[in-house]
Amino acid sequence: MNDPKITPEIIADHGITPEEFERIKGVLGREPNFTELGIFSVMWSEHCSYKNSKPVLKTFPTKGPQILVGAGEENAGVTDIGDGWAISFKIESHNHPSAVEPFQGAATGVGGILRDIFTMGARPILNMNSLRFGPIDGNDEAARRNKRLFAGVVGGIAYYGNCVGVPTVGGEVYFDESYEGNPLLNAMCLGLLRHEQIARGAAKGTGNPVFYVGPATGRDGLAGAAFASRELTEESQEDRPAVQVGDPFMEKLVLEAVLELLQTDAVVGIQDMGAAGLTCSTCETASRAGTGIEIDLAKVPQREPGMTPYEIMLSESQERMLVIVQKGREAEVQRIFDKWDLPWAEIGFVTDTGLMRVKNHGKVVAEIPAAKLANDAPVYYRESKEPAYFAKTRAWKLSELPPLTDPQKVLPELLASSSIASKNWVYRQYDHMVQTRTVVYPGSDAAVVRLKLAPPPAKDRYLAITTDCNGGYCFLDPYTGGAIAVAEAARNIVCSGGRPIASTDNLNFGNPMKPEIFFQVREAAKGITDGCNTFNTPITGGNVSFYNQSPTGAIDPTPVMGMVGLIDDIAHVTTQWFKERGDVILLAGNAVDTADPYLGLGGSQYAQCLHHIKAGLPPRLDLAVEKKLQDAVLALIRAGQIKSAHDCSEGGLAVALAEGCISKHPGRNTAELIGAKVNLSTFAKGTRLDALLFGEAQSRIVLSVAKENADAVVAQLQSQGVPAAVIGTVGGKTLTIKAGKVAGKWNVADLYDGWWNSIARKMA
Amino acid sequence: MKFGIIQFPGSNCDLDKLWVLQDVLKQEARYVWHKDTAIGDLDCVVVPGGFSYGDYLRTGAIARFSPVMKAVADHAGRGKLVIGICNGFQILCEAGLLPGALLRNRSLQFRCEHVFVRIETSQSPFTCAAQKRDIIRIPVAHGEGCYFADPETIAGLKKNDQILFRYVDSRGRVADTASPNGSVENIAGICNATRNVCGMMPHPERASEEALGSANGRVVFESILKHLRGSQAQ
Repeated sequence: MNDPKITPEIIADHGITPEEFERIKGVLGREPNFTELGIFSVMWSEHCSYKNSKPVLKTFPTKGPQILVGAGEENAGVTDIGDGWAISFKIESHNHPSAVEPFQGAATGVGGILRDIFTMGARPILNMNSLRFGPIDGNDEAARRNKRLFAGVVGGIAYYGNCVGVPTVGGEVYFDESYEGNPLLNAMCLGLLRHEQIARGAAKGTGNPVFYVGPATGRDGLAGAAFASRELTEESQEDRPAVQVGDPFMEKLVLEAVLELLQTDAVVGIQDMGAAGLTCSTCETASRAGTGIEIDLAKVPQREPGMTPYEIMLSESQERMLVIVQKGREAEVQRIFDKWDLPWAEIGFVTDTGLMRVKNHGKVVAEIPAAKLANDAPVYYRESKEPAYFAKTRAWKLSELPPLTDPQKVLPELLASSSIASKNWVYRQYDHMVQTRTVVYPGSDAAVVRLKLAPPPAKDRYLAITTDCNGGYCFLDPYTGGAIAVAEAARNIVCSGGRPIASTDNLNFGNPMKPEIFFQVREAAKGITDGCNTFNTPITGGNVSFYNQSPTGAIDPTPVMGMVGLIDDIAHVTTQWFKERGDVILLAGNAVDTADPYLGLGGSQYAQCLHHIKAGLPPRLDLAVEKKLQDAVLALIRAGQIKSAHDCSEGGLAVALAEGCISKHPGRNTAELIGAKVNLSTFAKGTRLDALLFGEAQSRIVLSVAKENADAVVAQLQSQGVPAAVIGTVGGKTLTIKAGKVAGKWNVADLYDGWWNSIARKMA
Repeated sequence: MKFGIIQFPGSNCDLDKLWVLQDVLKQEARYVWHKDTAIGDLDCVVVPGGFSYGDYLRTGAIARFSPVMKAVADHAGRGKLVIGICNGFQILCEAGLLPGALLRNRSLQFRCEHVFVRIETSQSPFTCAAQKRDIIRIPVAHGEGCYFADPETIAGLKKNDQILFRYVDSRGRVADTASPNGSVENIAGICNATRNVCGMMPHPERASEEALGSANGRVVFESILKHLRGSQAQ
């Protein structure tokens, strides 16, 4: 089979600019052949090279005494958690595949992030995900399509994660028109390891053999690289699926075999074949070690005959790994592969040439300096311009929002709105308990898992994990939205009793070539940087997903933050629901942020769901105030003073209070409901009722405490400079909220029904 | 007591079983690889949850042919204890060690949640530490847990007191909505006619420690221990 001639059209089809082509010629000292062009096109794509986002990513805080392996060094970062233990975690997107084929797109998204983690030598102990879809209300064509995507993505995550035996312990799902046709799937995985178990993706030691392990390479996922090659399709004369197909059972075998393999010291380097498959894994491992690598494609297991070097190098077939083995230890490695019945092949060896040399049946088909291929992609400082839509969204005045007179109908409506409603329809499809670590199940501020570091009765340690981002806030002001994503993540960790230690980010945006989009990227990144610096949560790695555009426009900027916190004692593990009749409810933080011209209603779910307005500015965030609040609440939790803690976010204070009443769910069809009597009258004077009840002012936490501790807790918060007040008591079968002359009274069973069953009803 | 936990390549509750038996209940426990043909001197074989060989065809359909399953059948044939949990239940049914089959959940979706299960008899090695009609709160996590058997088989199970567990609501009533999967007569677990082989869909190992929110499932392991101690004393 002859490779096509390199023409300007072929170059353009590979997404390579004329300037980039010149740069490639500079690296090679000659023109690339077709296979080499393909290799450059994937390695220098945004996905692999971060060429458009690097200048922004460089500004992130990535260092700290707890960071053992930093962002970008390896497949995932590694963070110290003490006593010789560490965690490795990362979040990664699979947005485009999920838009095309939601089930397999999501499934392989989970598979990819799992491999990044166990490649580090860590046993994956939990998965999380952050999802975005268009609205699922009603039954018109758009809603039906959104529901199909939603059901498919959730089904795909369940299919893969459940089989591999890694619990999916939490996440978030939002629905907004901007995600119509452009759903987001960000999957996060976290693994546990000993410091000495950290594995490296480096091809060290000239002469060491290079092993391929996992299923045979097929043509799947070829279009999953950063281009769509019309010529290739015509040449191959066959339709090829654009999305990879996942085999979670194979992943489980590879996972177990790799972890067993890494227990021996026979492995010198290991990397998964994710995006850009064999290409990326060979050139990156050689580049990291400062060595070269030589492989022969004839030795690569192939699913079908007649595959070209181009196809083999660019295939994104799933569940494959590249393993560099200490010479002389091959038999040990082979024994473990065979134990797990895994296909494997010795495909090459490490060299000292600095070259990635690819042969096919002994004939050289590509020869590229590995380090230059891996690291010398161009870096672009994209132009940035304040979006024109700001003029419109910021022209909106709060006075245009009609005053709220009767909150009675509003609260149930908000609780049943898709983004606020319980996500049990989602997480009941995920095995969120396997590995018997999960201490706080999905449905509280953050998931909590135990580490099982030693058998009982030895004391254990715990992690709190969350993912957060409000795209609407980011749309209205990307800087504030980015900072809030971090602040809210940290707040969720703190409310669960954890001390935030590190984070991971997934930047989901539209086309960065558009200056207005790049403005969003840059500003959101600034917000994330300031947030992470405030909470001492360096970024340990992450992912960038651009070009999330449909004909109707770009998605709301969605920089998702995944964050992890440590809990030293199970007694500090705290949940969001009220515990006992007679407990006192407190608000830590200001009821209304009077310094915010929109009083917390800009971008609020109240403004969006009830009035269909996404305008103004997002809630104001003062990071110093937020930090003070979180420190004070965490200290109280650790002192054993707090019975429940729930962060005020979407839907504001009224929704947070209602969730305190209705979110304890001990078993199937069985909720443990409890009422509350709340009086907000002291805050109601001179402010808007809608802002008080449903405004989304930041830096607020609803606490409940034993009656006898209430005064002391208020005094303690105030002494730390945190506004605090008693606002009610727990008990009864209704939630009543009094605010001056107005009062709402709701049967908690009704609130529960609308909140718990809303999504199932929409999906029925 | 000596417990053996079968490890199929796709088992994923094997570690949890070892943890609960060895680290929580302080028993002797070890893994038994699916390629092994002898299982030695075990007192009780545990077939854990997971996806044995991927289960793309039908849960447990391939596992029944694995080398270790012949040894498990021999062990059961000698009257020794076997308990299959979740995927283990599916495999024991496929292997013919238990009657009936597990079909796809009525919802056609995987279901993971805590359910309420009623102990239907204390006359078995797997429930003897419980009282009949006790209600336990315990998780399920499966896509194919809808127990089915023909009416004669069900009648036989009832006649011989072989139904060990039923899904109930929080007040102990056998209601259609209490079942997470649509099982015939809300059946959550059964034993064979000679009462030494048990299969159940709920996961007792996920409800054996207070840290996990429920320790109700421990009664299953405590029953096994009570039974084994009793038979050793004889």
